[in-house]
Amino acid sequence: MPLGRLPAWLLLAPALLLLIGVFLVPIGWFLVASIMELGTPAEIWEEVDAVLFSGAVAGALINTNWIGLVVTLLVLVIGYPVSYALSRAKGVAFTLILLCIVLPYFTSTIVRTYAWMVLLGRNGLINQVLLGTGLISEPLNLLYNRTGVVIGMTYVLLPYMVLTLYAAMKAVDMRLLQAAEGMGATPLQVFLRVFAPLTLHGVIAGVLITFILAIGFFVTPALMGGPSDIMIAMLIEREVELTQNWPAAAIMTVVLLTVTLILYGLYSRFSGALEGGAKP
Amino acid sequence: MSDGSVALEGVTKRYGSETVVAGISLAIPAGEFFTLLGPSGSGKTTTLSMLAGFVMADEGRVLMGGRDMTRVPPRGRGLGMVFQNYAIFPHLTVAENVAFPLSVKGTSKSEIAARVAEALAMVKLTGFETRYQRQLSGGQQQRVALARAIVAHPRVVLMDEPLGALDKNLRYHMQVEIKDIQRRLGMTVIYVTHDQEEALTMSDRIAIMERGRIAQMGPPREVYEKPQSSFVASFLGEANLLRVRRDGPAVRGPGGSVLVAAEGGLSAAEGLAFVRPEKVRVESGRAEPAPNRLTGKVLHASFLGNIVRYEIDAGDGATLLCDAANAAGVEPHRPGDIVTMIWRPEDSRFLAA
Repeated sequence: MPLGRLPAWLLLAPALLLLIGVFLVPIGWFLVASIMELGTPAEIWEEVDAVLFSGAVAGALINTNWIGLVVTLLVLVIGYPVSYALSRAKGVAFTLILLCIVLPYFTSTIVRTYAWMVLLGRNGLINQVLLGTGLISEPLNLLYNRTGVVIGMTYVLLPYMVLTLYAAMKAVDMRLLQAAEGMGATPLQVFLRVFAPLTLHGVIAGVLITFILAIGFFVTPALMGGPSDIMIAMLIEREVELTQNWPAAAIMTVVLLTVTLILYGLYSRFSGALEGGAKP
Repeated sequence: MSDGSVALEGVTKRYGSETVVAGISLAIPAGEFFTLLGPSGSGKTTTLSMLAGFVMADEGRVLMGGRDMTRVPPRGRGLGMVFQNYAIFPHLTVAENVAFPLSVKGTSKSEIAARVAEALAMVKLTGFETRYQRQLSGGQQQRVALARAIVAHPRVVLMDEPLGALDKNLRYHMQVEIKDIQRRLGMTVIYVTHDQEEALTMSDRIAIMERGRIAQMGPPREVYEKPQSSFVASFLGEANLLRVRRDGPAVRGPGGSVLVAAEGGLSAAEGLAFVRPEKVRVESGRAEPAPNRLTGKVLHASFLGNIVRYEIDAGDGATLLCDAANAAGVEPHRPGDIVTMIWRPEDSRFLAA
């Protein structure tokens, strides 16, 4: 039987079974079992209340959202021009830009993070260069603090934004921009009135996917952050590994998962618009 | 923009080693409907792009209303434009699309509203203000593009194959409307097309382009009836081009027949005699020995409704197309019939081979 005639669900079945077996079932079991451990609904609610309004969790939630927001904005600001260049580049230039963006992803996260640590440390490359040129007299604290976390996460998340924006920008008909110019628009007007609105759905999708990924980060803040840069995923890990308070971990997981799913619902609406929205 | 006249002086554009437009000069008076006609790759779109300011000329000058606009960007030229693909902004409504040329200049809201209403009324799209591109038919999109081109009352409007995507009926309809709007507003229109029929119907003057040069320029009737080259003759409609050679004072065509033409002497020893199919009269029987009379055998007779088109073998490998009106009481010739083809010297020209 030709492959094309197989029903879609049959083609998806292996992946689906794997996901159910190694992700959905364990996480479901973990959540249900951990929370049931607490006893009656009243007792569960008491624990939820205690966990969510504890100083540690509230602090981690604030950190997580704040870092996620800053990183998402930085990624957008850096990624937008890069995506534009990528969407207009041809041939060798296109391949080069794309390689620069995607190649780091063939390296493991840990290795990449350690590479940043080499660059950002007190005696790292960046501080040595800045000291050498006399731009600063004291080494900058770029690592084991919020700055380090933001730099590391911005770097890791940039490609998601770039590739999402690229898809939106590539779909823009360049003749519309020329037409706008011909009708008297200045370059700034061409951008604000034509290009920006036509790529807005890409910006929204890129912001959502970046934020979704950012709030679940673990390795980068753990390695590059300081003691005050606890994000929610790190707290969950700590509850599981150190204090072995599984119910608390489960409650936090539910919170993170809910936020992620809501944002993902929004994301899939806007990324769907990538294919259908901008065209007649 | 003052009076709407446009001129090109020795304008040249090269891409690498390829010369796309080779030293074009033309002068278009205000209010003229001027068409650049040519096959694809003839340089007509590049010429229009240089008029629009999207492409900068390598040599020569672009003048508008007597002012040198060669280096002025598009927004400084104050032109109206209709683009080949319409270029309707998909994120804006019809009214916002039409308002675009005004709103980028900071025109007041009340004036924009009045002008947009006026432009939409002119293209008969009143009531479509809040629609988006995806809710419009091809013809309606074309009208939006037209309204947007005229909304700022430009003296000059450039149109790049604006009707290319429309079906034949709608095309004809829009041709009439564009022509009508052009006359009412008294604007200069520079129109690019590869459709010779469209060029003949609409234009005051046509420039026929061939490989980056103007092959011939003039009113439709003149370029159609008095082509100066075989390229122009065969690009505009059907043309018979018969091989001829000089024989003493006479010029001889197929079967040694003597051909005469009122204009365009034969400069070389060999050349072509041009005559349009509808200028050839077809009669039964062999030709008497006289100039511009050829004997031939009917190969095909195609009934096209108002005309009958004959394909006639004149000997020596020459085949002529002859169109006869399907007039009252005319009995058509049949394939195999021996016929005489006759035309007047003033309907014929000798051209370089």
